[in-house]
Amino acid sequence: MKKNVIILATSLLMVVLFMVATYLYNNQKAETKTQLAAQNNSALIAEYSPRKGSPAAKVTIVEFLDPACETCKIFHPFIKDLLKKYPNKINVVIRYSPFHHGSDQMVAILEASRKQGQFWNVLDLMFETQSSWAINHQARPDIFWRHLTKVPNLDLKRLQQDMNDPAIANVIQQDLVDGKRLGANKTPTFFVNGKPLPSFGYEQLMNLVNSELAAHY
Amino acid sequence: MDQPKNTDNSLWMFIFGAWLIATLSTLGSLFFSEVMELVPCVLCWYQRIFIFPLSIILLAGLFPLDKNVVRYALPLALIGLLFTLYHILLFYGLIPEGLQPCTQGISCADDSMVLFGVLPIPLLSLAAFSSIIFLLLKARASS
Repeated sequence: MKKNVIILATSLLMVVLFMVATYLYNNQKAETKTQLAAQNNSALIAEYSPRKGSPAAKVTIVEFLDPACETCKIFHPFIKDLLKKYPNKINVVIRYSPFHHGSDQMVAILEASRKQGQFWNVLDLMFETQSSWAINHQARPDIFWRHLTKVPNLDLKRLQQDMNDPAIANVIQQDLVDGKRLGANKTPTFFVNGKPLPSFGYEQLMNLVNSELAAHY
Repeated sequence: MDQPKNTDNSLWMFIFGAWLIATLSTLGSLFFSEVMELVPCVLCWYQRIFIFPLSIILLAGLFPLDKNVVRYALPLALIGLLFTLYHILLFYGLIPEGLQPCTQGISCADDSMVLFGVLPIPLLSLAAFSSIIFLLLKARASS
C-alpha cells in the first residue's frame, strides 16, 4: 500500500516537474523571441514586399509564408477577414519563406503575377488549390499552372517571361536572410507591429492584433 | 516469514528504480522534442522506440509486483543499448561519416545533440539504458 503511494507520488512529481519546466522554458523562449524581433526590427519590412490594406493603418501584420505550407493556407482566410473587418486600421505585409522543395517557383509565379496586379488573386488561388499541387511536401508549379488559366485577365505568356526576372531570386534571398535574423524558422510566422506571437496559434494572433488595435485606436 | 518479504522489497526497489529511470528518460526526450523543439534524428527515434514502452511495462510490473516483468523489459533495454552504442560511435566519429544512416534530415552527430553546450544526449541515453539493464539484472538475481 505504501509502495503504491510512492509510485503515485513519484508519477505526480514527474508530471508537475515536466509542466513547470515547460512553462519556464516557453516563457524564456517567448522573451528571447521578442528581443530578437526588437533587435532586428530593420529586417521586418522590405520596401519591395507585397502589401495590402490602408497605408495609413497603424497596425501592421508581417507574415512570413510559404505557398506550399498547409498551416499558411489555413491562416489565409483569417488574415483576409481581418483586412475586411478593419480596412483602415490594419495592413498586411507578405514575406516569403519558401521552405518546401519547389516553393521558390511558386514565389516566382506570385511575383510575376504581381506585375499584372494579380498578386492577391493568384495567392488566393494557390491556397485554394494547394492540395492539388503540393504533393509529398513538394510544390509542383507545373500542376498549379493549369489552375492559372481560370484567372481572368492574366497574361500567362507574360507571366512566364516575368518569372525569369533575376530580381525575384534576390527578393527570395533577402526574405530568407531577414526571416533568419528574426527567427522566422517556421511558416507562417507573424509579427504584429514588430511583436512576435508569444506562442503559435490563431487565438494568440487575434489577441495580439486586438491589443495592438486597442493601443493605437 | 521475514525472508520473502525482504527479497520482495529489494525486487520492488530494483524494478521501481528501473521504471523511474525509464520514465524520466521518456519525459526528458519528450521535453527535448516537444518543448525545446529539437528534432530527433533517426538513431534517436530507435532509442525512443525502446525506452518509451519500458516506462509502461515496468509500471505494469509494479501493480502488483511481478518479477516476470524482467523477462519482457530486458530485451527492450538491451536492444536500446545497442542503438545507443552505435549512436555514440557515430557521435564521437569512431564510425566514418559515410556509413551513418542519417545523412538526410537531421544529423545524428552534430552539435544539436549537445545540451547546454556540455552534455551530449547519446551519453544520457547510455546512462539510462545501462542503469536500467543493471537494475533489471539485479531484480532477476534477487530471488
